[in-house]
Amino acid sequence: MIDVNVYLHRWPFRRLPADEPEKLVAKLRAAGVTQAWCGSFETLLHRDVAGVNSRLASDCRKFGSGLLEPFGTVNPVLPDWPDDLRRCLETHGMRGVRLHPNYHGYKLDDPRCSELLAAAAEQKLLVQITAMMEDERTQHPLVQVPHVDASPLVAQLQQHGDLRVVLLNGFRNAKVDVVDKLAATRRCWFDIASKEGVAGVESLVKQVGYDRVLFGSHAPLFLHESAQLKLKESPLAGMQLAAIARGNAEELWK
Amino acid sequence: MIWDLHCHLTGVPGRTPTERMGQLIEIADRLGIERLCFYMGMGFLKEPTPEELVEQNDQVLEALAHYHDRAFGFCYVSGDHVEVSLAEIERCVARGPMVGIKLWVAHRCNDPVIDPIILRAAELKAVIYQHTWLKTDGTMFAGESTPMDVVELAKRHPRTPLILGHTGGQWELGIRAVRPYANVSIDIAGSDPTAGLVEMAVRELGAERVIYGSDSGGRSFASQIAKVAGAEISEREKRLIYKENLKRMLTPICKAKGIAI
Ligand SMILES: [Zn+2]
Repeated sequence: MIDVNVYLHRWPFRRLPADEPEKLVAKLRAAGVTQAWCGSFETLLHRDVAGVNSRLASDCRKFGSGLLEPFGTVNPVLPDWPDDLRRCLETHGMRGVRLHPNYHGYKLDDPRCSELLAAAAEQKLLVQITAMMEDERTQHPLVQVPHVDASPLVAQLQQHGDLRVVLLNGFRNAKVDVVDKLAATRRCWFDIASKEGVAGVESLVKQVGYDRVLFGSHAPLFLHESAQLKLKESPLAGMQLAAIARGNAEELWK
Repeated sequence: MIWDLHCHLTGVPGRTPTERMGQLIEIADRLGIERLCFYMGMGFLKEPTPEELVEQNDQVLEALAHYHDRAFGFCYVSGDHVEVSLAEIERCVARGPMVGIKLWVAHRCNDPVIDPIILRAAELKAVIYQHTWLKTDGTMFAGESTPMDVVELAKRHPRTPLILGHTGGQWELGIRAVRPYANVSIDIAGSDPTAGLVEMAVRELGAERVIYGSDSGGRSFASQIAKVAGAEISEREKRLIYKENLKRMLTPICKAKGIAI
């Protein structure tokens, strides 16, 4: 199983039962995860993202070699961000980056964001965009961060022909027509961590097609069991299940 | 096996309550959910009129008709319409098959105006469920209760078992608020599957006061079961949360009504 939505380090607002890397890795392995795409909670509020990306890369190697794959962040609002992108690729050998436009204070139609997406596409880097970290109603009263509006992503995908995007936690504030348009580009994928409703994965598969859907847990902030049980809650054909749990992510990883 | 405290007839297609019930039960079966409690009708009405309360309860009664062995019904009542609510409790609980009451967001529960509802429900040993959601983003409804409102209610009715809906939404506050009031249990339904919720609840309240619920069909059964399945607590504590606590609360009224559980 490939989990495309995992975080290392400390969630800023509480300790989590599995926020020690050894424990997280043990949990993932016990669940049958063979590869986990990993960002860092530190990227949300830290401004020295180059330092965070370094720690992320080395912790992935140290605690989960062969399992944890680091997805560093790039914040196009920061001075000299292209060097962060370069380091992700050249220094750390990362295959993708994870963006947090809401915590970093830019919209997806910001010209700086377009530049970043163009550069990532040119380097064949996979781009993950986390639309939401937690329910807007429970955010710390002094840190109210609106969810990412994914609508401008449709134009970005149309404009940058090589761009491939995974929208993480995209369903808390998803507009049905935006999800449809993103899916129609054939270069946007969705993870199941924030998909709610009974048999939600089944409805998602009906909406966007099983080849757009990826297994993602948002662990350790969300319980990993949630994503696992969602696969059981929806009646999926063997081929669909294999694609969601692994095959679609494998294709993206190539 | 799992008993689910918190389900609605929404989130699945179906023209009638019975059709929707059939679908929900089929999905619940995939996850080992044995019994489900239903309240409110085919749509969400935040400030129901007297007529709408009756209609919503009728829909649940219809849904229960073919599923008595799998589902329980709670009577939807409102602090805005105390007389009608009391009449609905007579119709649906005292003389009908329902075993609990649900108070939602029409009227805050710290207002003593709802006391006759609580007293009558307590007389009938009906399970009393009060929704709460303390929101930090300023989107609370005018009549929406907070955990602190439930505390006021619990102080006025110290011997009546009460359930704090959604653990107050901001569960770290909800758990703390009701901690000193042993008659208040918490419903863990209807929030994201955030790690640590159940561990904190068991640590601060004891597993006997924590009850699994989903808030399906709008929520996934899976995401809500995960809160218990993935919690770092004992198997005994999990059994209490999944089923035994709710069963214990329902036993007196079911016994009185001759419902086998
Ligand atoms: Zn509900």
